[in-house]
Amino acid sequence: MSYFAFLAEHGTTLLLGTVTTIKVLVCSIILYVIISMIFGLMRLSKNPIIQGTATVYIEFFRGTSLLVQLFWAYYVLPFFGISLEAFTAGVAALGLNFGAYGAEIVRGGILAVPKGQWEAAHALNFSPVKRIKRIIIPQIFPIILPPAANLTVELLKATALVALVTVVDLTFEAKQINSITWLSAQCFGTALLIYYFMSRFALVPFLRWLEVLAAKKVGRGKV
Amino acid sequence: MEMGWRWDFAYEILPQMLWATLNTIIAAGVGYVIALVVGLFFLLGQRTPSKIINFINREIVEFIRSTPLLIQLFFVYFVLPQFGIKLSAWLCGMITIGLHFGTYLSEVYRGALEGVPKTQWEACRALNFSTVYTYRRIVLPQAFPIAIPGMGNYLVGIFKDTPLLSTIGVAELFHAATAVGGYNYRYLEPYTMVGIIFLILSVPAAMWVRKLETRVNVAQGKIKQ
Repeated sequence: MSYFAFLAEHGTTLLLGTVTTIKVLVCSIILYVIISMIFGLMRLSKNPIIQGTATVYIEFFRGTSLLVQLFWAYYVLPFFGISLEAFTAGVAALGLNFGAYGAEIVRGGILAVPKGQWEAAHALNFSPVKRIKRIIIPQIFPIILPPAANLTVELLKATALVALVTVVDLTFEAKQINSITWLSAQCFGTALLIYYFMSRFALVPFLRWLEVLAAKKVGRGKV
Repeated sequence: MEMGWRWDFAYEILPQMLWATLNTIIAAGVGYVIALVVGLFFLLGQRTPSKIINFINREIVEFIRSTPLLIQLFFVYFVLPQFGIKLSAWLCGMITIGLHFGTYLSEVYRGALEGVPKTQWEACRALNFSTVYTYRRIVLPQAFPIAIPGMGNYLVGIFKDTPLLSTIGVAELFHAATAVGGYNYRYLEPYTMVGIIFLILSVPAAMWVRKLETRVNVAQGKIKQ
């Protein structure tokens, strides 16, 4: 069977799987960004309870393996009466895991804004909201976006794991086709290429564009 | 079926889990050693004067880095036998982990080499040291401390990715937990124990790496104590 015949027969299935992968990716990006911001700020809190909670959360999710967290969310939570759909469990585990890594990036980004900026905004009598919104946040983005972009590329690769809790994504479809046809080189090779193209020619350029945009906003970009 | 945590069951499966943990540690260790060596080869490919080799090397690294380890595992495990190469699940797993993390480690090596100031090279040139001597006595001793934190991070990273090996049937900790869980139809205790064992091993390791990182930064004068 030639490769083109293989694509003609199974291409649509793989593409449908790719759509699911993109859905998982988008949902977990949204979740992980929100979680990173919340826990990144909590880590900087002066209240020891809030700070401690964030530290425990971050250490816990960074210390255990993502696959273990996924299986826990899908197979163990029903023991406590919480049955999640595979898709929800997958997105939740990905979001919580990457949120823990992201929180540290956010914390580092906030700390990297020079203290003088806070003081100057204070001295100019800006309200706390305006201080954060107009002075601090625009300066945080150029700092946190490069490491956050790396993390997001890692996230795209990590979405492959949701196939193991029965989410019908690209990896799942590739495995399925492999078990029917035993054309392993074709189906896994195609899956690898699709992931590669998604990362190299869609996700990475988009993230670079965001980085340039953020740098321009604070006048650091090349015009 | 009984709900809730059962201590007797947890106690019963504990020895099995601990033995499997040993396998996980071996897998992570062997995978790491392979990755360290593979990283050196990618580094060589990056630093050879030939532009074509540079290009091919960069594309290979880029491809391996932007595709999921899970599918790479499947690819090696299912495709190699079609070409008459029959390897055990263990060997496939170790090769794939070595290749995958080797690309990351080559970046760590590169960063460390570039972290050595250019003036060091110029000074060696001025003193008429040979390239080998320059690397061995001047550059590498300075580059190594810079590489240590990154190398440590990927050791922890490999350790946390070993559960993926269970998907091709390597009998490590996660595999054991799934087997025990399936046999008794109780997943609560096995999977929770896997999580706890990972926490016990990787949190201190990560803390140790972070401490090393601070020490290297202090020694280099990047931050003050």
